[in-house]
Amino acid sequence: MNFDELFGNFPALTITGLEQGAIYALIALGYTLVYGVLRLINFAHSEVFMVGTFTAMWTWQALGYDQNAAAPSLGPLILALIAGLVVAMAASALTAVTVELVAYRPLRRRNAPPLAFLITAIGASFVLAESFGIGTRRAPFGQADLIPSKTVFTLFGAEVTNKQLLILGVTLVMMVALDQFVNRSRLGRGIRAVAQDADTAALMGVNKNRVILLVFVLGGLMAGVGALLWDIRFNYTKFNVGFLIGLKAFAAAVLGGIGNLRGALLGGLLLGVVENYASGLFGGEWKDFTGFVLLIVLLMFRPTGLLGESLGRARA
Amino acid sequence: MTATVDKKRTAGFRSRWAAMPKQVRWAAIAALIVLLYILPNKWFYEYLGFPIGSDYFAFYTTRSDFAGVLFDTAVFVLLAVGLNVVVGFAGLLDLGYFGFYALGAYTVALLTSPESRFGTNWPWLAAVPLAVMVAMVSGVILGGPTLRLRGDYLAIVTLGFAEMIRLYAARNEGVLQGQRGIPAIPHPPGTGSDGKPLFGVVDARPYYWLMLTLILIVLLLVRNLANSRVGRAWVAIREDEDAAEIMGVPTFKYKLWAFAIGAAVAGLTGAVFAGKQTFINSDQFVLESSILVLAAVILGGAGNIKGAIVGGAVTWYLPEWLRGIGDLLGVEFDAAEYRILVFGLVVIVMMIFRPQGLVPNRRRAAEFADRRKEAVPQETVPNE
Repeated sequence: MNFDELFGNFPALTITGLEQGAIYALIALGYTLVYGVLRLINFAHSEVFMVGTFTAMWTWQALGYDQNAAAPSLGPLILALIAGLVVAMAASALTAVTVELVAYRPLRRRNAPPLAFLITAIGASFVLAESFGIGTRRAPFGQADLIPSKTVFTLFGAEVTNKQLLILGVTLVMMVALDQFVNRSRLGRGIRAVAQDADTAALMGVNKNRVILLVFVLGGLMAGVGALLWDIRFNYTKFNVGFLIGLKAFAAAVLGGIGNLRGALLGGLLLGVVENYASGLFGGEWKDFTGFVLLIVLLMFRPTGLLGESLGRARA
Repeated sequence: MTATVDKKRTAGFRSRWAAMPKQVRWAAIAALIVLLYILPNKWFYEYLGFPIGSDYFAFYTTRSDFAGVLFDTAVFVLLAVGLNVVVGFAGLLDLGYFGFYALGAYTVALLTSPESRFGTNWPWLAAVPLAVMVAMVSGVILGGPTLRLRGDYLAIVTLGFAEMIRLYAARNEGVLQGQRGIPAIPHPPGTGSDGKPLFGVVDARPYYWLMLTLILIVLLLVRNLANSRVGRAWVAIREDEDAAEIMGVPTFKYKLWAFAIGAAVAGLTGAVFAGKQTFINSDQFVLESSILVLAAVILGGAGNIKGAIVGGAVTWYLPEWLRGIGDLLGVEFDAAEYRILVFGLVVIVMMIFRPQGLVPNRRRAAEFADRRKEAVPQETVPNE
């Protein structure tokens, strides 16, 4: 136990924790949306994220920013970021929709038991990860730093970089946009209706299958944003990069209350911060265990999560 | 519909089998078991007229040592039989089954190896029961908080558990010695008729025979369990947990039992594996293996012990065999590379088109057919 490390670097650990937690939160949204509507843990969601990290990097490489490229100036940088963002979001959403259409919808039509859905989900996850693994020869895929890290200001002795501000800012914007969409728009009302009671919603004229498709698209878009932020932060991806982060994002979703959008944000940020404190306290090799331990403890004492479970109850 | 077609096709064999005199059935089973025991012997193929190494199209593997492949296949079959108790009988999704296998292997390694930090140097045989106990107890600890909740939480918690075990093994330099692993694990005891140790390094056959014997013992136990009060409780829980609870089945208790028994079988398998391998490190317990075992159970037919055996044999043996076939045809084709991809696809396709598996359990097949029938009116809803 290293309390000096924890308290000495408390502000810095908090800031980097929030930065990582933001990425967890964006992925957790996908789990939460699908779970809220279908009561299904979409194991393939971690691969939806993985596809996003790859496609964003491929876009940058196609634009000429490969391993040895110098960091671009502001104009081209913004262009590259937007191109990467659009491609990653589109690719992730497309992957999520494909999984829904190919794997889950046929099962729903056959009224398969919940176990069948879970088994299919894990199968889909491995098919996606393995096809990228075989395609990339299981090698890590790197990228030169697009945005050189620069300290913008210091807060209680912790340096806050431009990257961290960008990641947190984008996450908050996406979060607010999604929250408003689900709570205010007509389509969002459909999502909440199906989440509350699918059969009644169908009687009221809500097209269930369209709502489910929409939910997968939204989850995919959020995962795509998360993937871009991950690329900016780590400049690296690999075919199995989604697995651990998917597990943590799911833990974050349960932590905040699965099926609850704001809960996903809270859970993600909380997990990122707690994880960093734990690595300060016990040493870096314990970092990845934190989420899992937290998940088990939470399931023992408060299985509904911090903010409660239901997507249907989330009102403006 | 497919369900009725299956019924006709399998009913023919089934009823004919059931109509045979008991002695004939026993003789057939005994012959099959004897065949399985003599499979890895070289003289068997020479006797049949296509010795190993010849160009004949045969069922042995040419790329890797056939006895070794048979041992690995047997490991998979035993794991599938154990996981079948959890997934097939009780209907609980355990995605981290290999975690318990790793626990069994590491327990044996830590207790027996002179290189381990524990320094206990137990003989292999003494460590095996403890390995089984450790796996079982960890199953209870893991299942305790999660089995009270909805079934899908169990899936993600077990998934995390297996990965955490691997991560811990990979990063912990002190006790589990990371990727360097734990060497010098002793072999199982026993001396052959020629005075040499029965379980050596080169010959994998004794290990295969040991594994086969264990499979037979576990099969008998599991079969009896499935036909007992416990087995009926599992089926009730799988079909409708709420109804089972109302009818007075202590669902939590029986779910925990299924989980613990599955974990114990995995621990036992891991212990034997450690005894053969003499060296284990974190790389041997990757998560993909958990998924392969699950694919084996699903492919074979969850809830049916015969199905689990068939599935386990197919998932490991077939890719190894295909490697040799690629050589015969002159194609460089590493089937093992695509194993996870192919079986992932197989799982998805099976769940959609034949969820009851290749060798279905009759009751489970009926469950799926029933649910499908209930779903039919929905398909005619116009805005589908």
